[in-house]
Amino acid sequence: MTYSAKLIDHYENPRNIGSLDKNSEDVGTGLVGAPACGDVMKLQIKVGPDGLIEDAKFKTFGCGSAIASSSLVTEWVKGKTIDEAETIKNTDIAKHLALPPVKIHCSVLAEDAIKAAIADYRAKTVKKDETQEAAE
Amino acid sequence: MNVLTQIRRNDQPIYLDYQATTPMDPRVLEAMMPYFTYKFGNPHSRSHSYGWEAEEGVEKARAQVAKLIGADEKEVIFTSGATESNNLAIRGVAEFYKDRKNHIVTTVTEHKCVLDTCRHLEQQGFEVTYLPVQKNGLIDLDALRAAVTDKTVVVSIMAVNNEIGVIQPLAEIGKICREKKAFFHTDAAQAAGKIPLDVEAMNIDLMSISGHKIYGPKGIGALYVRRKPRVRLVPLIVGGGQERGFRSGTLPTPLCVGLGEAAEIAMKEMDAESKRLAKLQARMLKGLNDKLTDIHVNGDLDHRIPGNLNIGFAYVEGESLMMGIKGLSVSSGSACTSASLEPSYVLRALGVEEDMAHTSLRIGLGRFTTEQEVDTAVDELVRHVNKLRAMSPLWEMAQEGVDIKSIEWAAH
Repeated sequence: MTYSAKLIDHYENPRNIGSLDKNSEDVGTGLVGAPACGDVMKLQIKVGPDGLIEDAKFKTFGCGSAIASSSLVTEWVKGKTIDEAETIKNTDIAKHLALPPVKIHCSVLAEDAIKAAIADYRAKTVKKDETQEAAE
Repeated sequence: MNVLTQIRRNDQPIYLDYQATTPMDPRVLEAMMPYFTYKFGNPHSRSHSYGWEAEEGVEKARAQVAKLIGADEKEVIFTSGATESNNLAIRGVAEFYKDRKNHIVTTVTEHKCVLDTCRHLEQQGFEVTYLPVQKNGLIDLDALRAAVTDKTVVVSIMAVNNEIGVIQPLAEIGKICREKKAFFHTDAAQAAGKIPLDVEAMNIDLMSISGHKIYGPKGIGALYVRRKPRVRLVPLIVGGGQERGFRSGTLPTPLCVGLGEAAEIAMKEMDAESKRLAKLQARMLKGLNDKLTDIHVNGDLDHRIPGNLNIGFAYVEGESLMMGIKGLSVSSGSACTSASLEPSYVLRALGVEEDMAHTSLRIGLGRFTTEQEVDTAVDELVRHVNKLRAMSPLWEMAQEGVDIKSIEWAAH
């Protein structure tokens, strides 16, 4: 399969590999995919007090396109609010990396991963609010 | 560059996919050349010397192939390759004997061309038993014995598997088939010239051979068809009645000569080459095991040709690994299915978990593989496996002691 230069660059020099503390209240974690399908993405966001995503990290088990898609979204979400990050579409990822048709599912997974991380972060904030209210 | 002698350009990746195909041995090419040029005659022309010398080339090649498998030269017919040989053998006997017998036994790890031929015959009303294989990739002889009935026309079991290189117990299979009066066909595309084969000792009735798997040309193969007791076939290709009527069409003289030469070289060098490859195989495995944990060889390591390794690198997806090891040409399964994203059906048949199947690479060693290439390959594999494990969430979980099977993954 031939891949675009952008995709190869993200595969060879992936941005933001790593992990954030998943128990931290300002960190949202998304884990999507399945080993049996050949793709698992873990994407994490850290949201600052100003509501902006100040850090993002990923780890991916999957093909080059899956690695590149997750690497790309970590770059894209940084500096965005979670509402803005939520609007990232798989089609934008696929277009940017020029994913071949059989690899479109990698971009879908990356979109799912960011949505899952945001959902996790939101669930934590709601829980935190509830605990605070209960304390008051 | 001298195309007649050079196997590889220096700027090319290291070739480690010898089960997909092999480069032609320069000695084979040399033997073929005159038949492209001044010995161009039609081997079936009986009226002049052009025909006679072409026929002489073809008949010498037929004898060379026959000798490799302990057959009589009259029992060898040329085809376009192992796919055609497999089609002809299985469809040919099934159709010829269909009034008396309607059952075929094969295994789930056969090459696609055998499986698809069987599927085709099922649609024609034949019954097919697909034997499972054990965890090591070998068939259970008792299961075979139980599967063969008096309605079984042919048992088709490959000699050496193309993905995992395991060698089936041919002599034992042949014995069972002979006792039960079923024909025994074996797809020996990956076995001929690599392990000793003897159609008499192993009671083989039909055997498929490929040219390009044994350092011969592509586009040529052979089918051994036993004469005593006679095996009859309905031909797939009819016409001039060449090849005892089993396969019409003018023989491609240079390709036949190439297959013959390749067979002779393989036979002469088999012992020494097997020992050399076994050393390289052990060297590669040791090199990887010394520097990596959590790697697993798929298929039996003892009953295996020395030119094959199929290794699962746990927690690393095979396609991304192949994308990284740019200096190495390997595959994740058969070339026929390398465009598919599905894990190999052969590995699945061994009971390899789907997630491990996604992490497996087929590494093929061959006549032109050097020790230095093996060492380079080990270094490159280790480097990229480590790099990809560092970014694998599954590796991270495993290091934290999380059981990956305990997680409820959403299938997608």
